[in-house]
Amino acid sequence: MGDRVILGPYAPGTAVDAALDQRRSDVVMTVRESGLRGRGGAGFPTGTKWMLAAAAAGDEKYVICNADEGEPGTFKDRVLLQEYPDLVFDGMVTAGYAIGAKEGYVYLRAEYRYMLDALENVLEKMRSEGRLGNAIRGREDFDFDIHIHLGSGAYVCGEESALIESMEGRRGEPRIRPPFPVVAGYLNKPTVVNNVETFALVSRVMEHGADWFRGIGTEESAGLKLYSVSGDVQEPGVYELPMGITVNALLETVGGTDAAAVQIGGASGTMVTRREFDRKIAFEDIATGGSIIVFGPERNLLGVLENFLEFFAEESCGQCTPCRLGTMRLLEGVRDLQNGSVEPERIDALRNLADSMAISAKCGLGQSCNAPFGSILDAHLEGVAR
Amino acid sequence: MKTNEEVREQEEARDVGTLVRVTINGREYRARRGATILEICQENGIPVPTLCAHDDLTSAGVCRICSVEIEGSWALQTACTMEVHDPGMVINTHSPRVRQARRAILELLLAEHCGDCYTCAASGTCELQEIADDYGIRELPYERREPRFEPDDTGPSIYRDMNKCIQCRRCIRTCDDIQSVGALGVFARGPEAHISTFADMPLGDVVCTNCGQCITHCPTGALREVDHTPEVWKALEDPDKHVVIQTAPAPRAAMGECFDLPPGTSVTGRMNTAMRDLGFDRIFDTNFTADLTIMEEGTELLLRLKAALVDGDTSMKLPQITSCSPGWIKYMEHFYPDMLDHLSTCKSPQQMFGALMKTYYAEEQGIDPESIVTVSLMPCTAKKFESDRPEMVDSGHKDVDYVLTTRELAQMIREAGIPLPILEETSFDEPFGDASGAGLIFGATGGVMEAALRTAYEIVTGREVPFDNLNIEPCRGLEGIKMASVKLEGVVEEWSFLEGAELKFAIAHGLANAQTVMEMLRDGELDDLHFIEIMACPGGCLGGGGQPMPVNDEIRRARATAIYSEDEDLPLRKSHENPHVAYVYEKFLTDGPCGHKSHDLLHTHYTPRGRELK
Ligand SMILES: Cc1cc2nc3c(=O)[nH]c(=O)nc-3n(C[C@H](O)[C@H](O)[C@H](O)COP(=O)(O)O)c2cc1C
Ligand code: SF4
Ligand code: SF4
Ligand code: SF4
Repeated sequence: MGDRVILGPYAPGTAVDAALDQRRSDVVMTVRESGLRGRGGAGFPTGTKWMLAAAAAGDEKYVICNADEGEPGTFKDRVLLQEYPDLVFDGMVTAGYAIGAKEGYVYLRAEYRYMLDALENVLEKMRSEGRLGNAIRGREDFDFDIHIHLGSGAYVCGEESALIESMEGRRGEPRIRPPFPVVAGYLNKPTVVNNVETFALVSRVMEHGADWFRGIGTEESAGLKLYSVSGDVQEPGVYELPMGITVNALLETVGGTDAAAVQIGGASGTMVTRREFDRKIAFEDIATGGSIIVFGPERNLLGVLENFLEFFAEESCGQCTPCRLGTMRLLEGVRDLQNGSVEPERIDALRNLADSMAISAKCGLGQSCNAPFGSILDAHLEGVAR
Repeated sequence: MKTNEEVREQEEARDVGTLVRVTINGREYRARRGATILEICQENGIPVPTLCAHDDLTSAGVCRICSVEIEGSWALQTACTMEVHDPGMVINTHSPRVRQARRAILELLLAEHCGDCYTCAASGTCELQEIADDYGIRELPYERREPRFEPDDTGPSIYRDMNKCIQCRRCIRTCDDIQSVGALGVFARGPEAHISTFADMPLGDVVCTNCGQCITHCPTGALREVDHTPEVWKALEDPDKHVVIQTAPAPRAAMGECFDLPPGTSVTGRMNTAMRDLGFDRIFDTNFTADLTIMEEGTELLLRLKAALVDGDTSMKLPQITSCSPGWIKYMEHFYPDMLDHLSTCKSPQQMFGALMKTYYAEEQGIDPESIVTVSLMPCTAKKFESDRPEMVDSGHKDVDYVLTTRELAQMIREAGIPLPILEETSFDEPFGDASGAGLIFGATGGVMEAALRTAYEIVTGREVPFDNLNIEPCRGLEGIKMASVKLEGVVEEWSFLEGAELKFAIAHGLANAQTVMEMLRDGELDDLHFIEIMACPGGCLGGGGQPMPVNDEIRRARATAIYSEDEDLPLRKSHENPHVAYVYEKFLTDGPCGHKSHDLLHTHYTPRGRELK
């Protein structure tokens, strides 16, 4: 599989040392120039996010690592936390330095509780080595500590504002935005929320430089990316590949060339079929937080869609009308479709509903239902699989 | 470095008054910087449908019906949450995408909504019905959802049918933010989410004050009062019953709204005629017992002051707190059970009235109290609970039989086809007809305090309160918590111990404000106060849970104006000058205010309840 960089050797502290050699504002610039975009799914430019948080008024700021990894089919953050915790934590320390925060939190998916002790041990070691806590690396002007907060077990708590609500002890429901967390986040203070992988990549950018990162991938989607590959492939697992490779290239790498369809981006992602396998996996084409699920020709795609919609209906926080009731109605529709009793007008009405949810739901959960709904329905109608 | 707060304050200071240019539906407007799109649209007469928004509440952005299109943003934005800060925003409130999304939202809501408008208390004021009508939804693309809930009729005041609920969460925000009670919450997730009480307990068993603010903030018929109209109709139709109705001050200032009269139209005389036409045997004014309350509660205050200042008796607690708002009483019983001795022992005017009706009035008129049915017209749902309190039987009967809210009486008047707006005006019946303006202003926050001051000051000093035309302005207005004081100088012999004393008082309305006051009191910050007036509902009774909908501060102010101007027009402005009150003390409560007889009939005790659920 060639040399791996993200998942390659890492000497703990390297990234932080590199960051501390620069002024805070230069760290932000380095991250900006690297072209790094958030790996949690939405792809917001990480340097811009940090710049906004650094510029926000107030001297109490927070860094949060989103380790809720709830998207069906992803497990790359788990691998990072299990095997490269220093890489992730160093990325958080770097962020703390860059934006002027003193505290960071890891919002750890409830199912990952088993890692808690190991992670705490790493943090303790970092503290004992002066890489965490007061006056990091002897720098009197830089205190930063990291705490781990166990998640509540709901998918929507991975949405950054719901995550913050949950951390503050309330029902995990997305907030009104704007204001965004960079302005009013945890405890209403400026807060940077980044994905686990994003922090890991920050460390690699600090280690190898912005130009190195920028030189990989495409113009709009720089750098390397981890993919959690599952389904009908010979070698499922976590892969490290450049951004912007085609679906075909990915399938070749993972031994999935028999695929009839690939779901890119998990339940909230898009399904592509064979005739679109030359499309790029990148923010400008098909975006993904990293979940790649491969379906062979024997799969029942409507069954897949039904599963996804069951997931959404169950995981919807239920606060906004389009998602609370729309998920249920889409699910009903797909079940009826499976029973073969659906008029074309009904299908149009369902698509219309999914589109309306996309533009009117309060958060990404309800907004993204139309991606799987429209694309899987298309794939089904195309007859690419059973 | 500046703190966040300082920066925000600075930004706000800069923002205040500045205007930004926005384009809405192709036309240019100037808007206050920081206003929401919804506010800007409302100020400029551009209709935007809303369900979860309410003037009294912070935005939630959950119903999504107010979604609008903003140039440059792929998703729609909710007008109720989106603030305009930068100039040049281009907004469209009715683009094809906007209409598509709103229609989809409405179809979803209507397909899960189980209710028939023609049997619904909200019909005519229901915001869902109105929007559905605007959008002309004629058929639904879904099968209707089956009813999921058993209506909850366990509460003494509030009836909940969650099958009509659209989950706008206005009730929750009201209960949490305006009332600080927290009786309601969201439970379960996704399509199973619903509004309920703690652990889905029946409303009758949870910590609820029965204030009914959730009802007046609910856009649909999911919440309404427990209906007493069938019993009242039955009593009216029974020739053997002598049915009397007492009418509180606030309904007359709001009843007109149920008949499309503008808020602030006082309909006292017309309402009297309507009640006569309905067949009530006597129409009385609760203001009479409001005057009586002032005599009792004012005397109680002076006694407490004497006990504290002269006798050094610490068992009589100061400050004394008013007790006429039954939602407030229940709140105290739940949240401050250890501080109940601050409450005046006076019953509310409603309950004093009921007790006198079946004793003094029955005696005077030679009517068997058994055959008297006492109905009260109240702006309040908690009054229903209050009338059911087991101790409220001091007359030897249930003192108050039925309580009608303003909305319920309006309903009866409409059912009978009585054209209230064009009726002639008639007056109240004697002997409980003439009341003072002091009793009338009980209907507004600060009114009890003002009425008490008009009397207490004069008793103590022998002079009228030193305010222009008896209007004690510091007691008025919708500020959440008001504090003021009056200096007592040149006092008469009997009250010489009060010479030079500064009578300090506070006024709060809405239970969240009440909570603030109680916490301050608990922390010892209000030890120098003598008297506190608290009303459970925002604005006082005129904003009560039994009043017409919609309600907001503008409407509350209009109702207050109606009450205060009626007060100014009355010949009697002070409770102690009410000749009937004097007569009652002379003939019936012969040992005077706070004497034995009045203690038996007009005073009560409270039940420490705590927050334990049943
Ligand atoms: C329903 C929902 C679930 C999400 N779950 C996650 C998650 O598990 N992990 C994650 O990093 N981001 C998740 N996100 C995205 C976050 O809201 C946020 O964009 C991200 O944490 C920002 O980090 P990034 O910029 O590094 O990607 C989710 C978003 C939505 C709408
Ligand atoms: S879109 Fe769904 S998950 Fe997001 S706020 Fe609305 S109901 Fe909650
Ligand atoms: S709540 Fe509104 S829409 Fe529903 S039945 Fe009542 S009036 Fe009709
Ligand atoms: S009961 Fe009424 S106010 Fe409460 S959520 Fe339902 S519709 Fe809204």
